[in-house]
Amino acid sequence: MATKHTLTFVLMDAPFESARTTTAFRLLHAALDRGYDVNVFAYEGAVALSFAKQAQHPNAVHGRDVAQEDHPLSKNWIAALMAHARTRGADLKWVNCGLCVDERGVGEAIEGARRGSPADCWKMAQQSTATLVIPTK
Amino acid sequence: MKVLQIVETAYRATTEEQDDTVIWISHAMRGASAELGVLLTGNAVNYVAGEQDGSGLMLGAWRQTQPPAPAQDLAALMRKDVPVYCVREDLAERGLMECKLLEGIVLMSRNQLPRLFGEYDQVWRW
Repeated sequence: MATKHTLTFVLMDAPFESARTTTAFRLLHAALDRGYDVNVFAYEGAVALSFAKQAQHPNAVHGRDVAQEDHPLSKNWIAALMAHARTRGADLKWVNCGLCVDERGVGEAIEGARRGSPADCWKMAQQSTATLVIPTK
Repeated sequence: MKVLQIVETAYRATTEEQDDTVIWISHAMRGASAELGVLLTGNAVNYVAGEQDGSGLMLGAWRQTQPPAPAQDLAALMRKDVPVYCVREDLAERGLMECKLLEGIVLMSRNQLPRLFGEYDQVWRW
């Protein structure tokens, strides 16, 4: 019987700031696609990735209204990956660094994202096959 | 006042924003009658590769419907009379001189940049 792998990712970049965020999400998708359980510890600016009050906007430069622009929101990406995990028999745990959340006032996270501490990060890493840190630059 | 916008960091959150944020703000400022030029240096010279395609991102069931199109956004900026310059040596170092470049781009050597800077009142390096 194949061993069930668990991967932990530590993210640091705030949404809408870096191409690393998209790459990180693609890695999460790929891991879940393979049925791996995935933990994410969002640290520093990355705690805003799951902020529930993110909102789409129109893009006047492109001449598109809100619906046409269909602006990506990282909170929706997380929700989509959580749903994807369920279809793949995998588990996606999303933990935000609580102090980082407080500093930024982004305490209202989407359902499924919870508040935690570096101790949670350490525990998740200990229980994982591997841990990948994607730091900010 | 004329301002030259220097863009060096390429694809900075372009997938999330569906835009390069500096190209976008240049459009918006041009809409407010700003006199601008744009200089692409470093990795940002890749924006003039005319056949790039940023479509296809999917995360779970989520699909991106409006992928970023920096080349088209630059073309639109030029249609608004904003010149777009590109450092020739940076293109060559990345092997991009052979690809189909965006029409209307002004290629400049690094040793021409001081003269270009002199044509603008301010130079903003993003």
